[in-house]
Parts: sequence; structure tokens; C-alpha cells
Amino acid sequence: MSKFRKKGGKELPPISTASLPDIVFMLLFFFMVSTTMREVTLLVNIKLPTATELSKLEKKSLVSYIYVGEPKKEFQKVFGVAPRIQLNDQWANVGDIQDYIIAEREARDEAEQKFMITSLKIDENTKMGIVTDIKQELRKSAALHINYSSRRKVER
Amino acid sequence: MARKTPEVPAASLADIAFMLLIFFLVTTTMDVDSGLERRLPQWQEQQPEDDQQIKERNVFVVLVNRNNDLLVEGEITRIDDLREKAKEFMLNPNNEDNLPEKEPIEVPFFGQVNVTKGVISLRNDLDTKYGTYIAVQNELVGAINELREDLAKSKFGKSYADLERDQQKAIKMIIPSRISEAEPKKAK
Repeated sequence: MSKFRKKGGKELPPISTASLPDIVFMLLFFFMVSTTMREVTLLVNIKLPTATELSKLEKKSLVSYIYVGEPKKEFQKVFGVAPRIQLNDQWANVGDIQDYIIAEREARDEAEQKFMITSLKIDENTKMGIVTDIKQELRKSAALHINYSSRRKVER
Repeated sequence: MARKTPEVPAASLADIAFMLLIFFLVTTTMDVDSGLERRLPQWQEQQPEDDQQIKERNVFVVLVNRNNDLLVEGEITRIDDLREKAKEFMLNPNNEDNLPEKEPIEVPFFGQVNVTKGVISLRNDLDTKYGTYIAVQNELVGAINELREDLAKSKFGKSYADLERDQQKAIKMIIPSRISEAEPKKAK
């Protein structure tokens, strides 16, 4: 009778966790490859405009960024809500752009300087007045190759 | 006698990997940087008075006012219609008198081609919204890209992006991208 009944064999064996590190490492490598490092902390809110005719920024090392937008909540007490310019991690005025471009240029190799691109990350609700001023400053400092950063438009 | 070293416990390996994973999740961003690529004109010390040598029929005037309305060649237009209008202007298929002139140019692969002299002039108000401005730019760039794509398809049977560099150059000669971003006129 008791010949076929196993004693105490009802419990499941514990699941082996030996492969867990491998799985997590796989995830880790995926994220390391597919993402880029955050370079600056944004001080402004930016909602990029949408467009369809996009081209990718190829070489990250040759790109310098200019951010324009409404200051974030915590800075609104000091700066108000009018759109402001951010260069690197600091607030800036239109007049600082030429110095910024020169500094960015100095930091690059001489052979690469002519391939430099300025990426304008500007909130879509900004008025064109400040954007035109920035463009004029860029022209003055001969940084003519620009990229109006925008999101891909979703077709509906 | 050599003692066997005890096996290193691997149980905490998962925790360490998780920690690294979370670190990377927090410090990196997924977004790919992309946008409309443009070239600004050279800076000139003296702003030239309005170029009189460009004839009126050769200029496609796009005005965007402070209420984000569009005036294209003197007509109020919606952004959706802008692309078609720009394409018609650049091609001038029926050689009409009010659309731009053409001049014959020797182009590799194509031979003698009549190339348009048209220039698109985009002018905005100081209070125009940046989003609208980009939408308009997008339509204008889109019109030129579509024309180039059509030409590449009909001549080489391939998409413009897949062509050789000198083939692309030839197409660029036939359909030039001349969008002038004039600065808004300042009240004096």
C-alpha cells in the first residue's frame, strides 16, 4: 500500500536564483548601451515643438546646447515666469552667448571646429523675440550650423 | 598540502548588479537628439537694404504674425496648405509668369536642366510663438525634401537617402534649398 506513496515529497524544491545576476546584468548592459548620460540639470521647463522632417545629431561631442524656457517652479520666485536662457548649468543673458560659443570652440580640436553644431532646445511657447536675438548672436560668433531640437510628430 | 579555497558566495551578486542598474536608470536619458537642421546666413556688419535685385516673382514670402496667422504671397493660408504651395512655387510646372524664373544649368547625370531661381523668405513677428515658427519651417523643409525625393525616385529609382553622394549633389543643384530667415523688422 504505502509502496507508492512518497514521504514528505509534496513540497516544491526552491527556485534556483543562480541565473538572476545574469538576467540583471543583461538589463544593465541594455540600458548602458541604449541611453546617454544626462549632462546638465535643466533649470527651465522645455516642451519641444513637433516636426516631421527631422535629422539626427550624429556626433554628440560636437554639439553645444542652448536651452530656453520658463524657469522651473523653484526658481520662479527669483526669476519670474518669463523665458530665460540656460547655458551649461547656469542662467545666462543673450550677451553671454558669444563667450559661450567661443569657450565651446576652444574646448574642441581645431580640425573638428568647423563641424560644430549648436542645438537650440527651446520651449514651444517661447516668443520669437528671444529666439531671434539668439540667432543674431550665433551669426555674430559664426556658429552658423544650428539644429532646432524637436520631437517627432505623431500621426493621428 | 594545498587547502581548497572555499567557494565565494554569489548570492549578493544580484544585489550589486541591481544597484548598478538603478544607478544607470537614474543618471541617463533615453531621448535621441533630433531636430530641424538649418544653416544661418553669414553675419554682415551692415544690414543690406532689401535686396532689390531679386525680382518679386522669384520670392515666396511667408509672414507669420503675432497671432500665429500665416500670410503666404499675400493670402491668408493655413499651415496644412503651405507645403503644396511651396512645392508649386519651387517647381513652376507650367512656366507661369507669376512664379519664379528658371535658368539653364549644366548638372551631372541630368545634362542641361532649367533650375528655378526661387527663394523662400520667412519673416516672423517678435511675438510669434516658437512652436508655430518651427511648424512653418518644417513645412518648407518638407516641401523641398519631397521634391528631392520625387526627383530621386523618377531619375534613379531609389530613395534620396540611398543615393551616392554625387547623385545627391546633382539633385541638390536642381532643387536648391533657399530658405531665408530674415530678421523681423524693428520699429525705429
